[in-house]
Amino acid sequence: MKSLGESFMQLLGRAPTKPGKDDIAPKAQEIHFYKRSQKLDMDEVRRLHDEKPDKNKWLKRRWATLLFVNLLFVVSYYFDIQLLEGALTASRFLGFHMADLNSALQVMLAFKTVLINLLIGTVTVFVLWFLVGGRSFCSWVCPYHLLSEWAERIHLWLAKKKLVKDIPFHRAIRSVFYVIFALLALATGYTVFEAISPTGIVSRAIIYGPSLALLWVLFLLLFEIFVSRRAWCRYVCPIGITYGVVGLLSPMRVTYVLEDCKHEGDCRKVCLVPHVLDVTIKGRATDTRVPIGADCTRCGMCVDVCPTNSLRYEFSWLEKLK
Amino acid sequence: MTDEKNTEKPARKPRILDRKTQEARRRFLRSLGLAAGVVTASVVGFIPVLRGYNPRLRPPGALAEDEFLASCIKCGQCVQVCPVEAIFLADIMDGFGNGTPHIDARAQACDFSCDGLQCVLACPTGSLSHDTNYPHQVRIGFAELARPDLCLAMQGKGFKGRIRAGEAGFNGLFRYAELDRWNPLPITEQEFDREICDLCIVHCPIEIRRNQCEAGEPPAGDLNQCPPTRAIGLEPDPGGGMRPVIYEGCVGCGACEMACPVTPAAIVVDMTKNADTVKA
Repeated sequence: MKSLGESFMQLLGRAPTKPGKDDIAPKAQEIHFYKRSQKLDMDEVRRLHDEKPDKNKWLKRRWATLLFVNLLFVVSYYFDIQLLEGALTASRFLGFHMADLNSALQVMLAFKTVLINLLIGTVTVFVLWFLVGGRSFCSWVCPYHLLSEWAERIHLWLAKKKLVKDIPFHRAIRSVFYVIFALLALATGYTVFEAISPTGIVSRAIIYGPSLALLWVLFLLLFEIFVSRRAWCRYVCPIGITYGVVGLLSPMRVTYVLEDCKHEGDCRKVCLVPHVLDVTIKGRATDTRVPIGADCTRCGMCVDVCPTNSLRYEFSWLEKLK
Repeated sequence: MTDEKNTEKPARKPRILDRKTQEARRRFLRSLGLAAGVVTASVVGFIPVLRGYNPRLRPPGALAEDEFLASCIKCGQCVQVCPVEAIFLADIMDGFGNGTPHIDARAQACDFSCDGLQCVLACPTGSLSHDTNYPHQVRIGFAELARPDLCLAMQGKGFKGRIRAGEAGFNGLFRYAELDRWNPLPITEQEFDREICDLCIVHCPIEIRRNQCEAGEPPAGDLNQCPPTRAIGLEPDPGGGMRPVIYEGCVGCGACEMACPVTPAAIVVDMTKNADTVKA
């Protein structure tokens, strides 16, 4: 239960706390003790990483899934096959209602009525994303995430050339935004966030054709390239918190296995939400296996980059069966 | 040595701490700046809504504008099901209305050719009220003869030929049930020959339904489909011609505006009026 609270507080923006000695399981303490005498050999780390059969395995799968889902909307509309109608904010999959949890929440706050179809859609999507990992919506479905990833690559390339420098914000500001947008919807009676949400804007642009609203999305991307890395997803987007809460108890997650970890920190460099990977810092893991927190988008970048397979996807219900 | 340490320590410690707190303070202020920026950007969307910069015709069954904007989840399912593709999604210039559906009647009016109000059925949030079952229960807007001097009937003139045939970019569809029960056809491909122009009445979905009912053939054999009151008719004008007069039964679908053969259209759906303002 303690780790759950920690996971939730991290989602809201608190910095990860260092575990006290009493919080660490004896077995993990043993490994920590043994590793204290181990020197980091970067050549070995690179060799191990190069030996991985597919260094972009999850990236490929994820991009393919993201493009597939978003194009399914387009194909369904274009050929009128009623497979997946609507847009990411709300849709019908084979006739079943689906509603984006955050959009539905905004609508309910603004409209102050719980609509039955919307409720059905919300419950369906809640169960679905609970099963597949909460914020996996972000990295596996949200089309802005993909654009943002490409912008991030440009940002990192420019940063390497010392042309730009990532300016971080306080992560708790995202929780503040969450409250602000909820209150705005409640007070004004308009779904204020929906008007500027790049997720909805990009999704509709893909399905119904380009719009001027894309200029706002372009502005956000430029901000992320030149000012602050992945700023929207890290510091603003309330959708991330909504799905993060769904993922708190989700069985689908990335799990950290302490034993073989070299603690070189490559995973934290590629991660959108590196605070969830603080557990990989030498001496931090409270157990030999630690599930990664709710803010994790299950994107698998760390799984791909890890030279020792110490980070891996797990479905905890299956693990219990083993 | 010990003396040195003792004197240095208190001097150094605050300096290190200072840099950390300074950075934390800067980060805090930056974050406030970000919050101010994003909230401002989002609240700017209030301006077009409050000022009513872009009055819109909403799809059939739409709730009162404020309720409509509150409840619409901006998914476009209504867009997808419309057989005449009359519905478009608004852009960012509509502020909070970004992504909400609307109809441009002159380009493509709602002709109710789906019969079952597909957009209403598709709406997941009831923004298009599920209480609406039949076209005559709808109130999209209010038609009016905005330019009587341009109206052919008012001038006592007839109309021969094709409606708006040469007009660039116009490819409005209309379901002519006697020609094709199921598929809407391009308006510009139909030949008309009217002694006195009454194309607005010919194209009125309510009048069409009333005529079908009078002929004993209500749409889909359902008597509930029969509109109780007339929507539009020609009446003699004191000026000599015939005047298209709009009655209580008009639902504001804009089919008359789309089918009006003169440019600009003599009869239009008044964008300044809607069901909320008129009732009040």
